[in-house]
Amino acid sequence: MQWRNSSTNYGVISILLHWLVALAVVGLFALGYWMVGLNYYSSWYRTAPEIHKGVGILLFGLMLLRVIWRFISPGPAPLVSHGRVTRLATKLGHGVLYVGLFVLMISGYLISTADGRAINVFGWFDVPALITGIANQEDIAGLVHEYLAWALIVFAGIHALAALKHHFVDRDSTLKRMFGRADP
Amino acid sequence: MLKNMFAALALGSMIFSGQVAAADYVIDKDGQHAFVNFKASHLGYSWLWGTFKDFEGSFSFDAAQPQASKVNVTLKTASLDTNHAERDKHLRSEDFLNVSKYPTATFKSTSVKSTGEGTADIQGDLTLNGVTKPVVIAAKFIGEGDDPWGGYRAGFEGTTTLNLKDFDIKMDLGPATQTVDLIISVEGVRQ
Repeated sequence: MQWRNSSTNYGVISILLHWLVALAVVGLFALGYWMVGLNYYSSWYRTAPEIHKGVGILLFGLMLLRVIWRFISPGPAPLVSHGRVTRLATKLGHGVLYVGLFVLMISGYLISTADGRAINVFGWFDVPALITGIANQEDIAGLVHEYLAWALIVFAGIHALAALKHHFVDRDSTLKRMFGRADP
Repeated sequence: MLKNMFAALALGSMIFSGQVAAADYVIDKDGQHAFVNFKASHLGYSWLWGTFKDFEGSFSFDAAQPQASKVNVTLKTASLDTNHAERDKHLRSEDFLNVSKYPTATFKSTSVKSTGEGTADIQGDLTLNGVTKPVVIAAKFIGEGDDPWGGYRAGFEGTTTLNLKDFDIKMDLGPATQTVDLIISVEGVRQ
């Protein structure tokens, strides 16, 4: 397999980035959903949010890399069997996922940094607060974060279902190439 | 709280200056010489302090009849501040003050009883988290008089302890934190 994407397949880098992000997104949603219900005396009460914030910030870095990589090595060409509507829907859908994820991560960041505090990532480095002092910043950012998290996980689910549809119904190579297994 | 202040003010006036008259005061929100603070025990190891930044109120008292004094305070529950964004966000949520459902908390005095020189117990109805319960604020008169800018002011301090469960606060913070203390310190400008 190649590092870069070809006209028919994704390369190793894109594949790794895609599936790592998918894993992180699903994991962060599950963790976030679980951690807000924790009792004050749970041993995970402080640890779970710290993991959530740390992974969230690392994901932000990963997504930035992904955007840069898209310019260095654009994805494979649309399948011949995909008509105009499919191609448009694809672009829009993927755009929603990208933009949605960035807004989601930034909103999360704005919750914790609303009081000027930095976010410490697993003890490795601090991410300083850049925007503070907006009235009710943590609450507004919190609402955005919560609603967008749900919207995105549902949309990601649709994204996954669409891929499965292409694979099992259309029997085309849409999903295969995200594993690097499409015919070259 | 205001009732307490009125009562105390009335008493104070009588005791300190001999000048007594029924008067209406507005809590000094413009200059913010008024504070509604709270403290709760953290795990039984330290005090966690916070404040409500946005509130307004008024009090009226009749020095000749302190028991006729009245106090009214309304505060915006979302204005709480414990100097920690994540904690403040949690406190505003349904787990605690549910501020989107109950954006205000109010205190309306019902009676005032003198408890000594310059002190009084102000009884009143506190509405918090949508629940109304009678509470007693132990009030102390601090001082009163002319200010340098043409006004007349009077100040009081009052404390009370609330049982969190009495006000349907959902999250249980453990055995050491079943109550929260309110410490109120206000100055009113005579109208």
